[in-house]
Amino acid sequence: MQPLDDVVKEFLVESLENLDRLDRALVELEQDPHDGENLASIFRTIHTLKGTCGFLGFSRLEAISHVGENLLSRMRDGLLVLDAPITTGLLEMVDAIRQILAAVERTGAENDTDYGALVARLNELNRGPVPPAAVAAPEPSAVAVAPPDTVTVAPPEAVAATPAAAGREDRRPGVADTTLRVDVGQLDKLMNLVGELVLARNQIIQFTATQTDNAFVGATQRLNLVTSELQEGVMKTRMQPIDNVWSKFPRVVRDLATTCGKQVRLEMVGKDTELDKTIIEAIKDPLTHVVRNSVDHGIEPPAVRLARGKPAEGVVHLRAFHEGGQINIEITDDGAGIDPDKVRRKAVDRGLVTAEQAARMSDHDVLRLIFMPGFSTAEAITNVSGRGVGMDVVRTNIERIGGTVDILSTVGAGSTLKIRIPLTLAIIPALMVATGGEVFALPQVNLLELVRLEGEQARTGLERIGNASFYRLRGNLLPLVPLAQELGLTSQCDPSVVNIVVLKADDRQFGLRVDAINDTEEIVVKPLGKQLKSVQVFAGATIMGDGHVALILDVNRIAQQARVFGVGERSVKATAAAASKQGPADTQTWLLFRGGGADRLAIPLKLVARLEEFATADIERSGGHEVVQYRGEIMPLINLGRFLGGADVAPADPRQVIVFSDKGHSAGLVVEQILDIVSQSISVTRSHARAGVLGSAVIQQRVTDLLDVSAIVRHAVPDFQADSAA
Amino acid sequence: MTSQKQFSTFVLDDLYFGVEVLSVQEVIRYQDMTRVPLAPNAVQGLINLRGQIVTAIDLRRRLGLPERQGDVRPMNVVVRTTDGIVSLLVDEIGDVLEVDEADFERAPETISGAARALVTGVYKLKGRLLLALDVEQTAVLEGDVATERRN
Repeated sequence: MQPLDDVVKEFLVESLENLDRLDRALVELEQDPHDGENLASIFRTIHTLKGTCGFLGFSRLEAISHVGENLLSRMRDGLLVLDAPITTGLLEMVDAIRQILAAVERTGAENDTDYGALVARLNELNRGPVPPAAVAAPEPSAVAVAPPDTVTVAPPEAVAATPAAAGREDRRPGVADTTLRVDVGQLDKLMNLVGELVLARNQIIQFTATQTDNAFVGATQRLNLVTSELQEGVMKTRMQPIDNVWSKFPRVVRDLATTCGKQVRLEMVGKDTELDKTIIEAIKDPLTHVVRNSVDHGIEPPAVRLARGKPAEGVVHLRAFHEGGQINIEITDDGAGIDPDKVRRKAVDRGLVTAEQAARMSDHDVLRLIFMPGFSTAEAITNVSGRGVGMDVVRTNIERIGGTVDILSTVGAGSTLKIRIPLTLAIIPALMVATGGEVFALPQVNLLELVRLEGEQARTGLERIGNASFYRLRGNLLPLVPLAQELGLTSQCDPSVVNIVVLKADDRQFGLRVDAINDTEEIVVKPLGKQLKSVQVFAGATIMGDGHVALILDVNRIAQQARVFGVGERSVKATAAAASKQGPADTQTWLLFRGGGADRLAIPLKLVARLEEFATADIERSGGHEVVQYRGEIMPLINLGRFLGGADVAPADPRQVIVFSDKGHSAGLVVEQILDIVSQSISVTRSHARAGVLGSAVIQQRVTDLLDVSAIVRHAVPDFQADSAA
Repeated sequence: MTSQKQFSTFVLDDLYFGVEVLSVQEVIRYQDMTRVPLAPNAVQGLINLRGQIVTAIDLRRRLGLPERQGDVRPMNVVVRTTDGIVSLLVDEIGDVLEVDEADFERAPETISGAARALVTGVYKLKGRLLLALDVEQTAVLEGDVATERRN
């Protein structure tokens, strides 16, 4: 036999299940022929079966179920009342279908038994009310009423019994036998139990470390292995690709686009990202809503798009991926975007915020107002959206499963809705770290590397700018976040040792300073009580091998709370593509500072070698230039003010100096104050360009001049070839 | 015949409290706890209750009573709420009492601060008063409200 197609397999499983139900339902219907609901359900089942048969090319099956459907349809319309003969006829039909399905399962094709008699009889039953005598009469008399050729009714029945029975003898596992439908609740229970088992395993492994009995250690190892495999297996039973939800979107988008008179293309990336079954269920509705929103509100009509210089066809882009132990789903459209000022006005109109509050809020915060109940920016209420019950419901649904929603938008370029859903049920590998006497778990997915500085290195390895500290990791400045400080704990760390966990959050790196780094452990993520909802830096808690509870750190939240990436960083990815069309732009990290009469200056951080402070006493003069002795060489200091036509940088003590290095040469730029380090994509306006200034850009919502580092340094130190990357 | 209710009772700073026995899951001894940095003040920590992580609320702090003195270890009264189970830390466990609805009176105005919002009323028992605690309200901490507002 040829192997069965997946579609056919599924059809078989489903149909056989339905047939079993049909048997029961028909019998029940016979007891109460006027149960319309039951009748409708039977009708639907047969109808579905017929449809699928036609689709798969099982003509014989289709023919039989078609007659059955006709019969049922008449009953449903009240033209016929179910009686014993009809019931028998229908049950025989069910048996016949079952037979054919069995044949399909065995051979991949329908059998060639003749069911003409059955079809004829069903037709006969369909033709009109059977004489009253027959209604009351038992089944045999129904046969008698039938035309002569129905005498052959019995044989098909007999045939029906024999192959089925024969088939049962030499039964290899059929499709229906290898697939089970299991209650999700049952799987949940199983999952919880496996979680407990993993914890018990962890405890035993810890205990084993103190044991010397080889047999015992061996048994523990086996337990360890089996548990891991079991855990993986159970997890798998619950996972489904997100495509299960997405698969219906092309149709949704198409229909909606047609209704709205728009042209929309749907792109999907990460279809096979697997999510827990319960999460799939929970995100179905919110996702559909967001996609509809994108088409309805986001994408403009073709004429408008063309007028704005965009292709007539809009794009809605769905993307799903795992990050930081969470599932991220992004819905991006290249439509009109959301105008923050419009949102401000609307929010004030609706009384959601006061005018003063609205003016004070950043654009990003303003956009988030759309998640408030009773907010909708749609100009006209369409039949698809705009009733003001939209985004707050999306948010509520996502938050119910412990997720978050965020929106980024650029006017004219489109919007991105980001949904992050935690893996609440998951078991994840984590690194255990200690700070302030407490142990915390860091999800392994966020982890990049570990750095440990000792002795001399620990004292000098860290750079400071104001309150912020940095570590130079292979030439790049890595912002450091002391965990103790973020959590309001007191570090109990030996000052001669610095432990840095290099983490990734939102595609960026930062270093978390912890007191000690322990080992890795498989942990079961457990949710925190509602009382702790306000503490957002924890993703959950877990129980360690020794039975103690440890909190799981939410790396992205910590990065946000510590503001390591500055205020504007979140919009980087979404705006980068849009900005590139509008002008020269670059996503990079900028060092912001003040001095020489300019309030805000920026240079790319990658040009910066070090940030130093020099006491005025250390500054010497050579050939009319200020110099300092720095790392065994003489480094010229450049006073910023002189090149910008402003006042000299005030001679503070110590002086803030930005050090540039190239091919063994260094030069220092004296500035008044280091302000911040931000990562942002910017578009440069050249109109303000002048000597030493490349142009200006908006960084952190403020106009900032971009300093032409190479020009300044070359001017001051002719033999210095600073990287001209700026 | 007046209706009867059963109350699990406990002592806090010489005050006699009770929660309806049906909402109490169990009473356990003091457990080692994991502190939760940045948590609302009333949260004492997290305990491991047979694999389930339960937030322990220090009832003294929750009710605005003075801090527990000395090294007396509090007891955990684990109660069920609509938002899951929480553990309430109390000084001492009392008996399960059967009280008469006829003895119930609304909380007197004179009860101070936080306690007043959390006490549904008072049962006048022989020789002393039993303060009936509202478990649902007790489990809701100010932090929750603050978050809602910020969002």
